[in-house]
Amino acid sequence: MSKKFVLSRELKKFTQSQLAIPVFALLLLVVFNLIRDPSFFSISIKTNNMGNSVLSGNLVSILNGASELVILAIGMTLITSATKGQDISIGASAAIAGSVFVKILRANTITVPVILLALVLACIVAILFCLMNGILIAKFNIQPMIASLILFTAGRPIAYWINGGATPNVESPLLSGLGGFIPGIPIPSPILIVIIFIILINLLLKFTNLGLYIQAVGINEKAARLNGINPMLMKMSVFLILGVCVSIAGSMNVCRIGLINHETILIDIEMDAILAVAIGGNSLGGGKFKLAGSVIGAYIIQTLTTTLYAMKVSSTAVKAYKAIVIILIVVIGSPVVKEAFQKLRNSLSGKKVARI
Amino acid sequence: MNNNVVLSMRGISKTFPGVKALSNVDFTLCQGEIHALMGENGAGKSTLVKVLTGVYTMDSGEIRVAGNAVSIRSPQDAQNMGISTVYQEITLCPNLTVAENMFIGRGKYHFVNWRAQEKRADEILQKLKIPVRAAQQLGTCSIAVQQMVAIARAVDMECKVLILDEPTSSLDEREVELLFSLMRDLKSHGVGIIFITHFLDQVYEVCDKITVLRNGELVGEYEIKDLPKVDLISAMLGKDLEDISKLKQQKKTYTGEKEAVYEAYELSSAEGVKPFNFRTMKGEVNGFTGLLGSGRSESVRAIFAADRVTGGTVKMGGKEVKITKPLDAMKNGIGYLPEDRKGDGIIQDLSVRENIILALQVLKGFFKPFSKSEAEKFADEYIKLLQIKTASKDTPIKSLSGGNQQKVILARWLLTNPQYLILDEPTRGIDVGTKVEIQKQVLKLAEKGVGLTFISSEIQEMLNVCSRLVVMRDRNIVGELRDDELSQDNIMRTIAGGSAHNE
Amino acid sequence: MASAQKSINNKEKLPISNTKLLLTITICTFFGMYILAMLIWGGGFLNPQQFLDIFNNNAYLIVVACGLTIVMITGGIDISVGGTVALITMSTVVFMEDKGGTVLGTLLIALGIGLLIGIIQGFLVSYLNIQPFIVTLAGMFFTRGMTTIVSKVPRTATNEAFVKLEEFRLAIPGLGTYARNGNYIPARIELGVIIALLIVLILWAMLKYTRFGRNLYAIGGNSESALMLGINVKLTKFIAYILCGLLAGIAGFIYLLHTGAGNASNATQAEMQAIASSIIGGTLLSGGVGSVVGTLFGVMTLKTINNVVVASGLREPYWQSITTGLMLCFFILLQSVILSYRKKKLGNMAS
Repeated sequence: MSKKFVLSRELKKFTQSQLAIPVFALLLLVVFNLIRDPSFFSISIKTNNMGNSVLSGNLVSILNGASELVILAIGMTLITSATKGQDISIGASAAIAGSVFVKILRANTITVPVILLALVLACIVAILFCLMNGILIAKFNIQPMIASLILFTAGRPIAYWINGGATPNVESPLLSGLGGFIPGIPIPSPILIVIIFIILINLLLKFTNLGLYIQAVGINEKAARLNGINPMLMKMSVFLILGVCVSIAGSMNVCRIGLINHETILIDIEMDAILAVAIGGNSLGGGKFKLAGSVIGAYIIQTLTTTLYAMKVSSTAVKAYKAIVIILIVVIGSPVVKEAFQKLRNSLSGKKVARI
Repeated sequence: MNNNVVLSMRGISKTFPGVKALSNVDFTLCQGEIHALMGENGAGKSTLVKVLTGVYTMDSGEIRVAGNAVSIRSPQDAQNMGISTVYQEITLCPNLTVAENMFIGRGKYHFVNWRAQEKRADEILQKLKIPVRAAQQLGTCSIAVQQMVAIARAVDMECKVLILDEPTSSLDEREVELLFSLMRDLKSHGVGIIFITHFLDQVYEVCDKITVLRNGELVGEYEIKDLPKVDLISAMLGKDLEDISKLKQQKKTYTGEKEAVYEAYELSSAEGVKPFNFRTMKGEVNGFTGLLGSGRSESVRAIFAADRVTGGTVKMGGKEVKITKPLDAMKNGIGYLPEDRKGDGIIQDLSVRENIILALQVLKGFFKPFSKSEAEKFADEYIKLLQIKTASKDTPIKSLSGGNQQKVILARWLLTNPQYLILDEPTRGIDVGTKVEIQKQVLKLAEKGVGLTFISSEIQEMLNVCSRLVVMRDRNIVGELRDDELSQDNIMRTIAGGSAHNE
Repeated sequence: MASAQKSINNKEKLPISNTKLLLTITICTFFGMYILAMLIWGGGFLNPQQFLDIFNNNAYLIVVACGLTIVMITGGIDISVGGTVALITMSTVVFMEDKGGTVLGTLLIALGIGLLIGIIQGFLVSYLNIQPFIVTLAGMFFTRGMTTIVSKVPRTATNEAFVKLEEFRLAIPGLGTYARNGNYIPARIELGVIIALLIVLILWAMLKYTRFGRNLYAIGGNSESALMLGINVKLTKFIAYILCGLLAGIAGFIYLLHTGAGNASNATQAEMQAIASSIIGGTLLSGGVGSVVGTLFGVMTLKTINNVVVASGLREPYWQSITTGLMLCFFILLQSVILSYRKKKLGNMAS
């Protein structure tokens, strides 16, 4: 009897938590797909063109395709929390990172140490650009969206210039392993990379005070400072982390596709990342955050896109449907609507209000 | 004062999720009457005012303005009915001019005639002796001037009811007198004024009647002449005043070694603090006093390195140390409860627990987060010790009343076990009951050997707890009073006539 | 407060307002840049038609940017405007070609679509309190998506009356160049430019002299104060977004007047360029500060840079974006430094 009570209380707590709506939205999408096509999420084992047996199916392609977005959404969440704004240049800096990655690879024979070197250099360059944004925002107090507008405008052209005004390709079984399947492992590598990344980030948040400090700075910077926290350092740290995220995403995408096109690589991904953060119930105005929300948000976006493609919606028209779903989710999650629901529930159950 | 009732509120009730803020409250205001509305934080004063001004809608009750029953659903409604409000926080737009701020949102005009607007505004400003030009951008004026512009706006709207919510918090004595003469002027013209304040002296100086609320309920309405101060406090607290008088005997009982816990020589900061010398002994409660703007807060902020330190040497327990940022001060055992609770103190969306452990957590280090159980233990300890009223330790601190928020910040610094604790206006905007508790805590700490610096704009409070007062005027130290020298008269005299010397 | 008792001399100079200061900087920068360009590279810069072409080619952007400025003054943002313009160009062409629509009908559709988008977005932002970025991002997705649903392929307008309007040119007396064969070619502007400049004039008057315009600034300065001062904040914000949508509608019509075709890639990046123009023109994203005149100069400055880059020999297309980025950086930093310096010097701002 008491177990049931505890369960229902936990359930109630969950429904009032930030994750309720994203989880519900995801479940709704899943159910919708199952009704439409019960075999939608089926996983099968196929042999890919390298001769390896790999998992395939819609579920796999959703999890796989969302990888870059998940990583960037995590970075965007931390940025939003600490700076109270959004960085719209992540697509551009991913292009830059990808270009550096390609440039190093093309200059050498591709072996594992070379790949690592390319990754590290891409990471360093990405971090430098992100820190540049960080300085504008942390030191000059410029609004994040405005500051990042600069790199948004100039970033992709810079990526183009890095590769001498071309869209070069790279080929290597090692790279296709990273971007596709490693022989012997049926799960796509990007998914594995994402899992490792999420674990690392969670370890970082669990064993340091990063989460607490970032949130404090985002909620009330002056008060955070008077408690001994260094707001500038915190803000620069999130940009450092973003630089890492951006370089992983950019390099991953290059491995996946086999070339770098500065104009199209991860285009519009900043919008999707911001969406993921918002759908996940995080405030775009900074402060408290839950990474899980943004991750779920990223998978919602990917599931939605895949669902629409499966329904034969053309790629350009997908945007329109995406828009409708987004609006539905944020409207339902808006405080005004939530309050109205609450009032409805109270009047239905005739609750009395306690005195404090 | 005639018997024409200009405002009558009957049976007002208002409930928020989980809290009954007002319960069957009555309030009456007559023409030409200055009526104080008093009560502890959480008593319901600001809720009552917000119901009257249309920010909240009441759950039940009736409001009559000049005899007619009205329904007030928005600030615009309230304004149209002749109810004007000047809030504690400046509710004007800093990017507009003074003239625009005086007239925007009022009346039925569609087009703006800049010249006429500024001319009219200048007339009003000169009449009220407010030192600002109508064409000036409001954001470039001082806070005191901004408040006066807010009052000028209210006054010009020929209101029947003028509500002043803590109008004197940011004004110095001269400005307070200006305000009072304005109020008396309005009173003679038949305006009814609701005056909300925590300054008891001001209430007795200018008000005709007092209404006291407690815990969302009406305690009573009294004529000033029938209610001595003692009874007023008793009505607000619901208990006797023994506690307050007992305090005075509790001072100066530290018997340990009298050594300096903190010393500063030629300390100066970028916020206009000129080089000054200062010392706090173990077990001593000292304070900085002076008029608003004299530099008290800036001086203690320089001690904590809250502002950029530009010079000077500091010693803790005799050893020279370098304090250039708050973390340095904290590592040396200094704690600082800031003057601006909302802007510098609470981290709004974080829980009570997180707010309590924050400073200690930063001291412990980036790589050593407290476990949830450790944090909960600390939080429970201090919630109990300071009797913090909160639904749970996970409640966001912004949901607590001002007094309880203050207790949380105090808990935060007590938890760090400071050697030297600086409290800047720890009791501002706080009900009398909590005030007494905080003063008690201060004396308890002093007994244990902690050095304390206490700042309050209420001189009586300072006299209650401090054994030494540093007097400031215009950013200079002009005197120091200790032990028997401590009296209101001496302080006033020193502020007025002391010569500048920074030790 | 010793200064409190100082008597106020009416001839004392007042500190300039933030809006005016930033506007002055922008205008000076533009003229400075243009004059320098005329001196250094001469050539095209001395040709009045090149100057007028800044307007001819970007009339729609001027209107769109003004709409964005209005919304930014209230502290909000609207990134759906580019999509709205594209949707309008496509829909109106299809209307004229496939349904035999008239020019007037086209104008009505343009306004109608803009109005509808503005109403929906304004409602969501103002009454449901949803973040403007998300709402208008969805708006951007929706309009871009709908553009391709209306027509998968680009369409050209062949309606006679419309083409006549397209080709209308107003000659400016006194300005002109001589062609190689000695003929005098007067400098000309298109119909869209006339509409755009008229709109800037109307909006300028609205922002300066109407109650609604001043309310916009009040809300941007401090929306809680604005509420307490008796302004209907929700309604005002709602109308601001409607106005922005309406202006996007007009811009769509102007865009079509200029290019004569509906295309899914019309007006790409228009929203970012509009934001950049507003910023260069002295509008603050945080709200409360901004002017349409500044935005006009912002567009002019933004587009002149491209000419400057080409004239200086950097021909690769990426140089234009990089220089735009650098210029944006310059203006943003300049504004930030000036504003924080003023804050320190002139004392407390109400927080």
